[in-house]
Amino acid sequence: MLLSEVSSSPALFHLIPWIVFFPVIGLTLNIIFNGRLSEKVVGTIASTASGLSFVIAVLMAVGLAQNHGEPVVVPFLEWIHIGDLQLDWAFQVDTLSVVMMLVVSGVGTLIHIYAIGYMHEDVQHQGNPRMYPRFFVFFNLFIAMMMILVTGASYTMLFVGWEGVGLCSYLLIGFWFDKGEDGIGNALAGKKAFIVNRIGDFGFLIAMFLTFWAFGSLSFMDVFPKAPEVAQAMPGVVLAITLFMLLGVTGKSAQIPLYVWLPDAMAGPTPVSALIHAATMVTAGVYLVARSAPIFVNVPQGQNAVALVGGLTALVAATIAVAQYDIKKVLAYSTVSQLGFMVAAVGMGAFVAGMFHLITHAFFKALLFLSAGSVIQGMERGEHHVAHHAHEEIHARKKKRKKKEEHAFDPQDMRNMGGLRRQMPVTFWVYLTGAVALAGVPPLAGFFSKDEILLEASHLNKPVYILLVLAAILTAFYMGRQILMVFYGEPRTAPAKHAEESPSVMTVPLMILAFLAFFGGLLNFPGIQTLEHWLEHTFAFFEVELESLPFSPAVATLSTVLALASITAAWFLYGREPLKKGEPDPLRRILGPVFTGMENKWWVDEVYWFLIVDRYVDLAWFLADYVDWRFWHDWFHEKVVLAGYNALSRILAVRIDLGGIDRIANGLADGTQALAARMRRLQTGYVRNYALSVFFGVVVIIGYLMFR
Amino acid sequence: MDFLMHPLNLVTFFPVLGVLVILFLKQEQKNAIRWVALVTSLITFGISLAVLAQFNASNPDLQLTINEPWIQVAGWNIHYYLGVDGLSILLVLLTTFLTPISILSTWTAIDERVKDFMIFFLLLEVGMMGVFLAQDLFLFYVFWEFTLVPMYFLIGIWGGPNRMYAAIKFFLYTMAGSILMLLAILWLGIHQGTFSVPELIAKGGIPADVQLWLFIAFAMAFAIKVPMWPLHSWLPDAHVQAPTAGSVILAGVLLKMGTYGFLRFNLPLFPQAAVKAAPTMALLAVIGILYGAAVSYAQTDVKKLVAYSSISHLGFVMLGLFALNPQGIQGAILQMVNHGLSTGALFLLVGMVYERRHTRDMDKFGGLWKVTPIYGALTLIVTLSSMGLPGLNGFVGEFTILLGAWGAGDAGGPLGSHYYAGFAALGVILAAVYMLFMFQKLFLGPVTHEENKKLSDLNWREIATIVPLLLFIFWIGLYPKPFFGLMAPAVEKMVTLVHGAALAALP
Repeated sequence: MLLSEVSSSPALFHLIPWIVFFPVIGLTLNIIFNGRLSEKVVGTIASTASGLSFVIAVLMAVGLAQNHGEPVVVPFLEWIHIGDLQLDWAFQVDTLSVVMMLVVSGVGTLIHIYAIGYMHEDVQHQGNPRMYPRFFVFFNLFIAMMMILVTGASYTMLFVGWEGVGLCSYLLIGFWFDKGEDGIGNALAGKKAFIVNRIGDFGFLIAMFLTFWAFGSLSFMDVFPKAPEVAQAMPGVVLAITLFMLLGVTGKSAQIPLYVWLPDAMAGPTPVSALIHAATMVTAGVYLVARSAPIFVNVPQGQNAVALVGGLTALVAATIAVAQYDIKKVLAYSTVSQLGFMVAAVGMGAFVAGMFHLITHAFFKALLFLSAGSVIQGMERGEHHVAHHAHEEIHARKKKRKKKEEHAFDPQDMRNMGGLRRQMPVTFWVYLTGAVALAGVPPLAGFFSKDEILLEASHLNKPVYILLVLAAILTAFYMGRQILMVFYGEPRTAPAKHAEESPSVMTVPLMILAFLAFFGGLLNFPGIQTLEHWLEHTFAFFEVELESLPFSPAVATLSTVLALASITAAWFLYGREPLKKGEPDPLRRILGPVFTGMENKWWVDEVYWFLIVDRYVDLAWFLADYVDWRFWHDWFHEKVVLAGYNALSRILAVRIDLGGIDRIANGLADGTQALAARMRRLQTGYVRNYALSVFFGVVVIIGYLMFR
Repeated sequence: MDFLMHPLNLVTFFPVLGVLVILFLKQEQKNAIRWVALVTSLITFGISLAVLAQFNASNPDLQLTINEPWIQVAGWNIHYYLGVDGLSILLVLLTTFLTPISILSTWTAIDERVKDFMIFFLLLEVGMMGVFLAQDLFLFYVFWEFTLVPMYFLIGIWGGPNRMYAAIKFFLYTMAGSILMLLAILWLGIHQGTFSVPELIAKGGIPADVQLWLFIAFAMAFAIKVPMWPLHSWLPDAHVQAPTAGSVILAGVLLKMGTYGFLRFNLPLFPQAAVKAAPTMALLAVIGILYGAAVSYAQTDVKKLVAYSSISHLGFVMLGLFALNPQGIQGAILQMVNHGLSTGALFLLVGMVYERRHTRDMDKFGGLWKVTPIYGALTLIVTLSSMGLPGLNGFVGEFTILLGAWGAGDAGGPLGSHYYAGFAALGVILAAVYMLFMFQKLFLGPVTHEENKKLSDLNWREIATIVPLLLFIFWIGLYPKPFFGLMAPAVEKMVTLVHGAALAALP
């Protein structure tokens, strides 16, 4: 099956490795010419590289359309071949992977372009322009790794990309590695992300081992056709595969219990948050489940587990998002929550709905993050403006004090903002578009994709449906709150008053994304269902049935009404009477201690820290200091090993050794006696004598051998 | 003359020629001595490539053999027997590859008694080559012991402040294990009438209970060398005190003599015992993986951190070997090479910063990536390789080992439980914990120490010592086929042999 597929595939498909090569070439150029190119050229190289990947993705889509959507595997290079284990670098081109390629490279390219402008200011702000090229090297590396992830034709190749994007995430979260809390905060956030992800990857690894020994292969084309048969023969193993895979998903896609790294990941520059921690990388877990649909549909318990994890995450993260003040933290928890929607969808078997939401979310969440970046830089410009005026007007001593205050100023805290719609009109409008799309108000993109998930859930899994509806209510509320706190009312600080709009290299990508966030719903418009028909080719090929539910006015009306009601509630709290400077959040009055819990993220980080991190550190120190060093290295060595040698040597010296019968024992005995007596003042001659005698003996033997 | 010019004799004893030349140089002619040593080791590397060119990868048996009667007294049938096969060819190449790199790393670090240093270093290479090539147990033992001597002096003379303690500990522990092995070798040679390994394998017929005792005797020597938990307490001392080049060779090659010993002798000579001992060995290996990783995390001395990480890494190798299936053993052999490359590179990198700052205390660093970007980037790649990032070499080894060990955990397999591979896989998480901790302590955060602000980045010589290692780190990670290709037939043969013998023993 596989071979015939390849031989009949159009030559177009052989371009697929270039989807990885282009970004690799881009980053190589930027490494080679590090520091010798202007910022514009560096950014252009990287954006072009990413853009060329997008071109390849489009060509693949065209090729597939001509090929009637038949999946194609393009082998490239042999990788690991041992016995039955046959792993290759081979590319899976089918309608599912092409959707991911288009999203990643398309949104990725827009964010690359935005970053040309954003990073120009960021490196100035951080005072280290030398880092500019490094950012784009990591960004291109990310695109390359993400492409390996989505195009891999086997679980192992997918895993290469999976950990590769994790590395890029680590490097970019800690991009300003000497900044953050105590100068180390950013680096620690990066480390946390990597290690938490590794816990998920442990699950992925075990899932791969189980898969290999149950299916005899790790390639999708070999594994999937066998899934029903294997699931029948060993249901326990296949269930275990799905559950361990779920552990991997919770790591990469930030689900309960491993979501804790994603909010910290906001330490990275904002384009990183948009590209990696909202639009693309974190959706890899959703892709993994959709990819593995042929396995999952055979184990309902596994599917239920995935759906439940997704539903719970969607709700819990949404409750936290409601009570955050950092503009990016709200979006971060919102991302966790929205990923929960997607995971729940693919868990229930609503693969198309999950993928649809993945796409629309990529548009509006990338848009929101990039707009948030624009807001933050606008605030920083305002701050700069204020400091500049201070310099002109105020006495030097006062200026010094001013600087100190400025140091404490947080341009990401929404309590410091307010009324920004006047200073930053473009940013305001695109932000509003993204927020309304996320809130699920028709006819924007988020409405259609979220509605499809809710519709499926109402049929397939009632408990999850309830969780998701509650999460959707909160979603509209926290977005309303955010918009009102940031853009409405009066400026609460001087920098907010003097905030400035961002340059067009940043706002143009924002407008394109706003367009996509507005009209993205057309991709799978009810009744037309373009995306569903496109994806159907792949799912049908692997014999996964897609059940298409008719558009339900009841579900759609309910979710629309609820969304509008929450927005109205947000207006009553934050819009009718805008927040004043220093005033507590009005929600605190209403919710009391519940608000405190939400504000403190339900103390999950603290619990993990206490239960796991501290315990491991204690254990490691105990093992290293007491067990390994004091007991094993010192006590056992002196009291048992050396004393033993000593006793032995005395026996040998008195009883057996009568004038050099056994030179070996003698040398050893003398040596160890001295050792035992006083290790550090040892007359090394003894051991050396022995050593030399062995040494010369060997030399003589070799000499004899060679010159006999 | 033919005998002398045999490729295996050349690759083993060519460094002696360099020693002879150096003997004629004066102690003060430091650069001349360095160049002679470097050129000698490079030519030896060239010879090993010639060996590789003559090596037939599809042949599972010993090749390019030399087999001459050597000591034939009192019924002892000892031969001078060298040969190379798929099990050893990569280790031979690793040795000849790491030696010139190590010598290059000493260029400025070793400035006292350069002449003696280089003589010992080249003699060490002779010993290591002999260990990997000898096919006669007695000859193997001679080379095995011989490697102790130069390493003892390398640590004892050019080591750190506590060097004598470390050198003697290294010597005593290894000797203690070797004595049991010597007894077992003598028993085999006298009882079976030959010391030749292939003949002993072909002859077989050792009763299962005797096999177990012989297995244990050999295992003692090798397990100390690896070192397997709990016989590792000499390792941190030896590594921390040894000069950089000594650590590179110690970690890169000498530890592999232990794992190689298991593969070359314990598995085929005592197959029934090997199958019987597999769960125990795997258990010790898994404990070593987790214990080494945890202890490594709690270090403040960066060299000690790397030393303990070796215990964890070598645990993977042992687990792979005793999975007793092709994936496990091929992964193990590759992981021996990987560890030599990654840990060798880590020791080199640690040595470079030690040369500049004369401290290895991680609290004295921080933020170095800003001061020395090239040093930071190279260390990052090696760190990632060491923690098994896919696309780099470490992943290929660890993945195949764990996959093999998982398969061996099926009911009726040599390990009989999936817990071994499952717990070993936890080591992958812990590796990220201690390696990223190290990278963070050295390179991330602000520059807190005044002395670090003016550190110079790597010079061309230092880059030249690391880049060859990096090439292989990428090559093995992306396209390991040639490496697996070299060992595959020999490993298949070994697996068949072990499984055959074990099955034959069943009632």
